[in-house]
Amino acid sequence: MAPRTLYEKIWDNHIVHDDPELPSLIYIDRHIVHDVSVQAFAGIEAAGRRVRRPDLTLAVVDHTVPTTHRELPILDPHANVLLNSLDRNTRNWGIRLFDLHSQFQGIVHIIGPELGFTQPGTTVACGDSHTSTQGAVGALPFGFGVSEVEHILATQCLWRKKSQPMLVRIEGRRPKGVTAKDLILAVIGKIGIAGGVGHVIEYGGQAIRELSVEGRMTICNMSIEAGAVSGLIAPDETTLKYLEGRPFTPRGKKFDELAERCRDLVSDPDAAFNKVVELQAEDIEPQVTWGTNPGMVTSVSGKVPAPGDFRDPRDSQSAERALEYMGLRPGTAIEDIPIDYVFIGSCANARIEDLRVAASVVRGKKIASNIKHAFVVPGSMLVKAQAESEGLDKIFTGAGFEWHDAGCSMCVGMNGDLLPSGARCAATSNRNFEGRQGKGARTHLVSPMMAAAAAVAGHFVDTRELDLPESE
Amino acid sequence: MEGFQKHAGLVVPLDKVNVDTDQLVPKQFLTWATKEGYGRVMFWDWRYLEDEKPNPEFVLNWPRYQGASILLCRENFGCGSSREHAAWALKGYGIKVLIGTTFADIFYANCFKNSVLPVRLKEPQVNELFRRAEAIEGYQLAVDLDAQTISEVGVDGQTWKFEIDRFRRDCMLRGLDDIGLALEFEQKIRIYEGRYQPEAPLYGPLTFPFTGELG
Repeated sequence: MAPRTLYEKIWDNHIVHDDPELPSLIYIDRHIVHDVSVQAFAGIEAAGRRVRRPDLTLAVVDHTVPTTHRELPILDPHANVLLNSLDRNTRNWGIRLFDLHSQFQGIVHIIGPELGFTQPGTTVACGDSHTSTQGAVGALPFGFGVSEVEHILATQCLWRKKSQPMLVRIEGRRPKGVTAKDLILAVIGKIGIAGGVGHVIEYGGQAIRELSVEGRMTICNMSIEAGAVSGLIAPDETTLKYLEGRPFTPRGKKFDELAERCRDLVSDPDAAFNKVVELQAEDIEPQVTWGTNPGMVTSVSGKVPAPGDFRDPRDSQSAERALEYMGLRPGTAIEDIPIDYVFIGSCANARIEDLRVAASVVRGKKIASNIKHAFVVPGSMLVKAQAESEGLDKIFTGAGFEWHDAGCSMCVGMNGDLLPSGARCAATSNRNFEGRQGKGARTHLVSPMMAAAAAVAGHFVDTRELDLPESE
Repeated sequence: MEGFQKHAGLVVPLDKVNVDTDQLVPKQFLTWATKEGYGRVMFWDWRYLEDEKPNPEFVLNWPRYQGASILLCRENFGCGSSREHAAWALKGYGIKVLIGTTFADIFYANCFKNSVLPVRLKEPQVNELFRRAEAIEGYQLAVDLDAQTISEVGVDGQTWKFEIDRFRRDCMLRGLDDIGLALEFEQKIRIYEGRYQPEAPLYGPLTFPFTGELG
């Protein structure tokens, strides 16, 4: 057989029907549904169809849920409709739901791997673009809109044309103070927000191998911001150690079988990638976005660019508009940009290791006086509980952060967690579009370490210069 | 699903690159339970000033582009979030066709699911269309999906040919429900399930803490 990439191997294993006249019909092993999916269930009912595999489906509420005062009724009538209908639909079809009061509730892409539901070699799907996060455990993720949520509920399959495989290889060792988030922001800065279009990106190289599974999730998460169809990383010993013992992870002999299957879940040495991009980890600095898409990013030691710096007149125009929206002047040093909000959360970075790193930066310190609000929103209630058992919550609240319950919160701003117009936020999320965190709100994407350091300093600082105990 | 064969209509040029789906439909409208009603809120932050007064500077509000049903756009249109609400908004507004160089993957697929036809042309062609749409008052195009052509209406009759995936084109022409199509392969789905037996049982008790380590 011709050498294949990991993507092609998982793809080939899931073909239900292949036909030159049609896209392939691909089987979906794992489907997670969230609270913005009512139209999908309505469609199932309207067409008189049934949910084919409730046993391969999980449901969780994340986008619309409040992250504080969950004992109170939810005020937003629309959110109530979504949550009640998800409740009704999952009960109707026998789908396991982690609702607002469940200790397993959290952001959909965090709970999948966290519970061992998403496994190496599986196809995992969700009606959300950041499903790619879950590729970090060596699964093949699919993200899409609500019509395809309905499609999977009804058929457990997707129609897909095979994408092109792309390899992003990051060699070398990342410097102290440079994290997974900085690596992926640097990748997007290099290839642009459309650099991965039509491709599934596999990440490899020493710097990737040396990341923990959580770090790998941050990398895979932002594949979408590079325009890619999806992202994944080959499973290895690190992956297996991460998965072992989780509720949906097989045990005993079945775990050994999973481990055995993982040996082949790697790209063949001679496999051909359509595009290969290489970076050296030592060259990567802590990153900060300055503009209104993740590709408008630079190093913390850099400066805000000028529209004239861009050769393409349309890029100049975009930069000009972005600078106006963001209220930034060309030539301003990134480290001189003051912030007034800090958000540590989202499926990009709200796992336990992210919280530990952020806590180590703020331990014993206070947030700067110019910070109006700083929020920590753990990615799941399990992460929250773990963090509390380690005393991280006290470190954050002691420093002046608000400590919230789990949800998407002010990454997407659907639950009322919003920023006012003109607010400048250091955020660990994955999108800095105009209005994303609130109309007129200004988002700078950074790593948790950078966000925490900025919270203490009141402006961006170079995390390479922080005096921290060696962790990762 | 309604099919799409031909459409002729007024063109509105949206001269912005990387238009993301947060601009098409901002978050506050994502909690609605319907697929209808999003036309009014499309491009909300660009289209309206305070008190929902139309922003006269936004191109969709210009009098000459009222009633437009063909949106001319720049590269990477529809990037960002997978929200299908973006396609619902275009449809609700009355946009039947999008013409651009590139569209973001998920958004592109969502358009087809909602009978909105996204047409990809080469950059010089799109540049030409922008020039003409901006210069000519009441500029109209006629799109023929079967013939895969776009023709000018009224003026000197330039025609452009476009490429489109055969399957997407056929489904769009016939208004084919792809769930129905997949269910025609029920037997093959069953064969796959029989052979590979995908399962996701709960191995450990669903209580916290687990016996395994969390992080």
